Amino acid sequence: MRWLLVKDFQILRRSPLLVALLIIYPVALALMIGFALSSPPGKPKVAFLTQVPRGRGRIHFGSQDINISSYAKDLFDSIDPIIVHSQSQAVADVRSGRVLAALIVPADIPEQIQSLVTTGVGSPTVRLILNTSDPVERQFADQAIQERLNDVEQAVSKQVLRVAVADLQRVLNGGTIQFLGQNFRLLGLRNSRALLRRAIDDLPARSSLRSALGQVVGFADLAIEGLAFASPVLGSIGTPLTVDQTDLSGQTTPAATYAATISVIFSLMLVTMLLAAGMLALEREEHAFARLVRGLVSPGALLAEKVVLAGGCAAAAALVMAAGISTFVSLEWSRFPLWVVALVLAGIAFGALGVAIGGLAREVRAASLLAFMLSLPVAFIALVPTAAVSGTLKSVLDAVAFVFPFRAALDAANNAFSGTAPGIGWPLVHLLALAVAFGALARVAVRRLV
Amino acid sequence: MSATAATRPATLAARSLTKRFGERTALREVSFEIYSGELVAIIGPNGAGKTTLLSILAGIQAPSSGEVSTPRGKVGWVPQQPAIYSKLSVAENLRLFARLEKVPDPDAAVESMLEFVELRERSGEEVGHLSGGNQQRVNVAIGLLCEPAALLLDEPSASLDPRQRERLWGFMGTLGGRGTTVAYSTHDVVEAERYADRVLVLADGELLFVGTPVELERVVGGRPRDFEAAFVRFLDEHGH
Repeated sequence: MRWLLVKDFQILRRSPLLVALLIIYPVALALMIGFALSSPPGKPKVAFLTQVPRGRGRIHFGSQDINISSYAKDLFDSIDPIIVHSQSQAVADVRSGRVLAALIVPADIPEQIQSLVTTGVGSPTVRLILNTSDPVERQFADQAIQERLNDVEQAVSKQVLRVAVADLQRVLNGGTIQFLGQNFRLLGLRNSRALLRRAIDDLPARSSLRSALGQVVGFADLAIEGLAFASPVLGSIGTPLTVDQTDLSGQTTPAATYAATISVIFSLMLVTMLLAAGMLALEREEHAFARLVRGLVSPGALLAEKVVLAGGCAAAAALVMAAGISTFVSLEWSRFPLWVVALVLAGIAFGALGVAIGGLAREVRAASLLAFMLSLPVAFIALVPTAAVSGTLKSVLDAVAFVFPFRAALDAANNAFSGTAPGIGWPLVHLLALAVAFGALARVAVRRLV
Repeated sequence: MSATAATRPATLAARSLTKRFGERTALREVSFEIYSGELVAIIGPNGAGKTTLLSILAGIQAPSSGEVSTPRGKVGWVPQQPAIYSKLSVAENLRLFARLEKVPDPDAAVESMLEFVELRERSGEEVGHLSGGNQQRVNVAIGLLCEPAALLLDEPSASLDPRQRERLWGFMGTLGGRGTTVAYSTHDVVEAERYADRVLVLADGELLFVGTPVELERVVGGRPRDFEAAFVRFLDEHGH
């Protein structure tokens, strides 16, 4: 096997374009993915028009004024605002592509909010104009603005609730309010009740006012009890629900690490399968297969040599790729030995699949094309989220993913790179079993090469 | 069988050799012996079973039934298409196969073969850049690396020009003189007449004749004619 490996490396050395592709492809892919994952998303350019007259962006609620204009700056955190002065200019900018979207705040929005918070009637609405020519950009702008609008909406609600709760406390406990520039002291329900109780005590025992004032004290008791309960309820509306997340599948992989793992395994699969299928088919195209297997090398040893060559080269390239990606995305270098084990076993499994293809296709071009055409759906099927398809289709996709090495390789590498669930043992056993199965298939297929 | 040949030991022998591919029978009960130092041409029309017979003798295919006797590990094989790596140089190809053949001194064997096929000056060139004739010389040289007792060649002169053919057959004659048994298939019956000690005539998987070219002409009978005409008449008489 040693001399065949030496021979194949000599052939590869004399095919600089092929070798360059094998090296440059994964490195370029790693760099692109790394940049894409590590760069924060840019802010979409959005034309911003406010039709609210200057100084009119306030609503009055209870004892306080709330300046809703101050929340606009929060919105600008997630967009690159281009201030425009008319609706037609905003629409024109969207049409021309100068901006991705236009956000128009109508003049009556303070009144609409005021009406909503004081009477419960009103529909404060902002207008969003999007450029629909590019669906991806459209979604990007839509998402950025909608998320920030939700934040603004929540911030205004919280502020309104804070004022309501403060005013309620004053009604309960008393305090000072400002009105027309003057301070007024509020007595509050609790103080009023105390005063009334003292007044009842001071009244003659047979006074007819005792009973009437007793009813007022009773009402005050009920009101104090009700309002004391209402305050925390109102306060909780600002943050109604907190989600305490528990993941039963254990520690999960960060999305960026998972994306990096997919790119590494996809590259490993492509390089291994193309190399294994192509190099085996080359033996036949060079008419050397029959000469080799007539006693110089056994067919099994020849297949093993191709698997070792393709799997070894691809695993080495994948390790370089993973190392490159780790400068952008967090991969656990402390688990490096497991990286090697996972990538080498994945390389062997993909290599066995590759030689099976090479044995079946017999010609280099046909073998390469078949390897390429098979690798794409194999990866795609393994990546379909299980929740995205119906029960029967899920079973079919699971079965297909099970008989090809992509999913097992992904699970093994995922665990090796980040130590997350599922464990690495089963995927490695699965890869080994697939390598044996495809190796046996290849052994049958190479009979056609003579 | 010539008297000279009969006195020598058989190097290659086939007994009731049959090969089937599904429904089709490529060889039917073929039996013969080839002796040490003989040059034997296997001739016959297309689809006669010449390549199948040689590949069974070379150990590439197993017969469906019958037996083959060959000198163990000492049969050189030269396929019709040069079975060499076009991206490797002449010397690299020879060295690779010398190592795979487990030749005791691969470098010395390479030097010897380069000398023998007169390609020393082009030893560093990639085989893919050589002419068809020179590629065939490398192909033959690889077949000879293990110093075989018997050399099997499938259509060795098919891609060669007349001068290269002359050289090849001179080369084969030298091998025969050294005691190497040479069996080759060919379409060129004139070549068979000129260079072979004996011919095996195959048609539709049946061995119709084993003997010298002169004996074949004698079998056909009639007035003296050229060997090619005798061969065609022989096939006609046997319904092929």
